[in-house]
Amino acid sequence: MSNTSNENEQKIQSASNSLLSKLTRERPTLPGETYGVPGSGNTVLLSLTTIAILLFFWWLITAMGWVKPLFVPSPQSIVVKFLNIWRDGFTGSALWVHILISAGRVFSAFLLACAIGIPLGLAMGMSPLIRGIFDPPIEFYRPIPPLAYLPLMIIWFGIGETSKVLLIFLSVFAPVALGARAGVRSAAIEQIHAAYSFGATRWQVLRHVILPSAMPEILTAMRIGIGFGWTTLVAAEMVAATKGIGYMVLTASQFLQTSVVIMGIVVIAGIAYLFDLLMRMIERKVVPWKGKM
Amino acid sequence: MSLNVENATVIYPGTDGRPPTEALQQINMTLDDGDFVVSIGASGCGKSTLLNLIAGFLAPTEGQIILDGSAVEGPGADRSVVFQKHALLPWLNVLENIEFGLMLQGHTKEARNTVAGRFIKLLGLSGFENSPVYALSGGMQQRVGIARALTCDPKLLLMDEPLGALDALTREKAQELILQLWHDTGKSVFFITHSVEEALFMGTRLIVMSPRPGRITHEFDLPFSRKFLDGTSARSVKASPEFIEIREEVLAIIFADEEAV
Repeated sequence: MSNTSNENEQKIQSASNSLLSKLTRERPTLPGETYGVPGSGNTVLLSLTTIAILLFFWWLITAMGWVKPLFVPSPQSIVVKFLNIWRDGFTGSALWVHILISAGRVFSAFLLACAIGIPLGLAMGMSPLIRGIFDPPIEFYRPIPPLAYLPLMIIWFGIGETSKVLLIFLSVFAPVALGARAGVRSAAIEQIHAAYSFGATRWQVLRHVILPSAMPEILTAMRIGIGFGWTTLVAAEMVAATKGIGYMVLTASQFLQTSVVIMGIVVIAGIAYLFDLLMRMIERKVVPWKGKM
Repeated sequence: MSLNVENATVIYPGTDGRPPTEALQQINMTLDDGDFVVSIGASGCGKSTLLNLIAGFLAPTEGQIILDGSAVEGPGADRSVVFQKHALLPWLNVLENIEFGLMLQGHTKEARNTVAGRFIKLLGLSGFENSPVYALSGGMQQRVGIARALTCDPKLLLMDEPLGALDALTREKAQELILQLWHDTGKSVFFITHSVEEALFMGTRLIVMSPRPGRITHEFDLPFSRKFLDGTSARSVKASPEFIEIREEVLAIIFADEEAV
């Protein structure tokens, strides 16, 4: 009797410990694993656990009343708020309108930044003349926080869409251009020589060797760039906006509607994450050879 | 086809206050139709510099390279290069890589397919046309590189240690394949290698180079590739007394150079 209960106890314990033991156990000595590339391995389970634990603590401190809802509203109330605003809208506009407006600003700025930044970055990588001209201004403004030059944007371009899109554009432009510039260096000299030895022109080398081999770096730069775009969104909607997720967050904060603030943040994060997934999918489609040769 | 390297000297300017390096000093060399010239030497002897000169990637500081009566001014489709590695384009599949030169020259899809198809068969790549090149073994990648170089029907094939990254067995098979191709196509070849055995087996002529400054110190006429093409097996060519004798002689020269450093 005591024997079986002991066994059962062990079983229960091993089941509840299985996650922990999976994380901490000694790995089997598979060839190439013990002394393999550091950092390999699947992290999905661990990431999901982290999210669950964070949500749990969030729920715990609000459910126990340790923190007032004004400072940290409960997770449920965020969901309720989302549904309410989805149904009733916020300051007279539906939630999806706010989302669309913001996404429109970020994506138009992003597309503009790619359309100008990628060719310019490639040109900077290819030509010392163009690099010499454009390197100082880009390196000068790149580390400045967009909030610092937001007033200038408004003084110069007014309080309409132009200054908003331009602000986001500037934050996306630098990383995209610099990524494309660095990508020019990706082609091996042998690949370039091979093209030239077939009688390729400089333009053909650019088109058929430099550009394709720069694609992985360009795509990475685009991913980083759109990230900067979302970061700048709230700043761009600080002044004279009447719609947009950033506007919603800022307005709600003025009325101490903390749950709306958090809800807006989660929505921004969600859209940004979805787009990042899309970019990763594109990456796998466009450059399946990345890092393989 | 005739290639003349006339008094070619290459001096790399010194950087960061170091003195300039004389990579090649007064090189004279001829390569006639159907020749298979192999260059060998201790590292730093300038054999890759010499190949880059002939390919046109590099201009000589003094002297000139004459191909069929006119001076080489830059790279061109009459000289194809096979590199040791990193020269295939991973975003193209095997067929597209082989057709790369023809595509750059603006040939139609049908014309490209006809030519590429011939070399795919010749190099044993049938069935792999649509494979990504990064999925191939090193030996097969090198065959793609050779096929690509041959498609544009160059007068001269420049091979820069093409077999250096292959394992020993694949390498011996590739040597035989290249000799057979050389025989069947009648191309002239300039071939660089680190392996004395490979150099002696493949070449009709061997030039031994010495470092600091890079120069040609010895030349040998070689009969061994002909013997192989006449039907003697590769191993028995390489095991014959004449082969071993000249192998030791060349090795002694190169070791003396290495020790002098």
